[in-house]
Amino acid sequence: MKDLYAWSAIGLIVLASTTGDVLLSYSMKRVGDVGELWKRRGVLAVIGRVLATPTFTLGLMAMGVAFYSLLFGLSWGNLSLVVPASASLTFVANAVAARVFLHERVGRRRWIAALLVASGVVLMAV
Amino acid sequence: MTLRKYLVLAGITLFSTAGDSLLARGMKDLGGFSLHNFSGLLLAILNPWVAMGILFLLTFFACYMSALSWADLTYVLPATSLAYVLVALIGHFRLHEAISPTRWLGIALIAAGVGFVAAGPSFTPSHERPNSRNASRDPVSAEVKP
Repeated sequence: MKDLYAWSAIGLIVLASTTGDVLLSYSMKRVGDVGELWKRRGVLAVIGRVLATPTFTLGLMAMGVAFYSLLFGLSWGNLSLVVPASASLTFVANAVAARVFLHERVGRRRWIAALLVASGVVLMAV
Repeated sequence: MTLRKYLVLAGITLFSTAGDSLLARGMKDLGGFSLHNFSGLLLAILNPWVAMGILFLLTFFACYMSALSWADLTYVLPATSLAYVLVALIGHFRLHEAISPTRWLGIALIAAGVGFVAAGPSFTPSHERPNSRNASRDPVSAEVKP
């Protein structure tokens, strides 16, 4: 029963954090290089520009859902099950979502890296 | 990729690991939660371990947002995935959770994947992006420009 709870939490973490990652990545690409912006206009301009991006708030809300699911998951399962299992699945979901929604060019090098890391994370959850 | 950018990627790895471990430490103090005890979950942030964990995760988040502003999501995620290895090692040494041979193999695969993606380009601009200004500044990604 505890396992079922832990895996439901993992499923929720994957869904919420993939949504969040894609929205946040999209927002930050619209903001542009924050290091450059900080140098030219100061840190307040960076914070202002980030907060003024509507998709950032949405992404943050999705991340909030993922965070509380993680708290649930950690209270039911081992740290070394919940974190790798949700991370591995989030990882695969993110690679697909980044290609579909963010139009990132996922070349051979990145697919190999993605597969190595995802399978490594799965092995760690066994 | 400059030294500053590599430091930001290292910050993502370290702060997320420290944050997760502190959270786990705090949640073990508090015991299991159930769905009808939701207020208990909201009060969890009063535990000092959980509060410290949240502080570290906020720092992680600032680094993560910075990285996403100049690198692809499919670059940042593998490049910072050593965090899972660190989480397992901390779980092993601090929280006394066991690491099996399979898990050690997983650690090796992740490390290999990190090396693979870190050697490639960090930013692949697409025609969808509004700020293609960044593309001309980075010689590696300029090559793959459509």
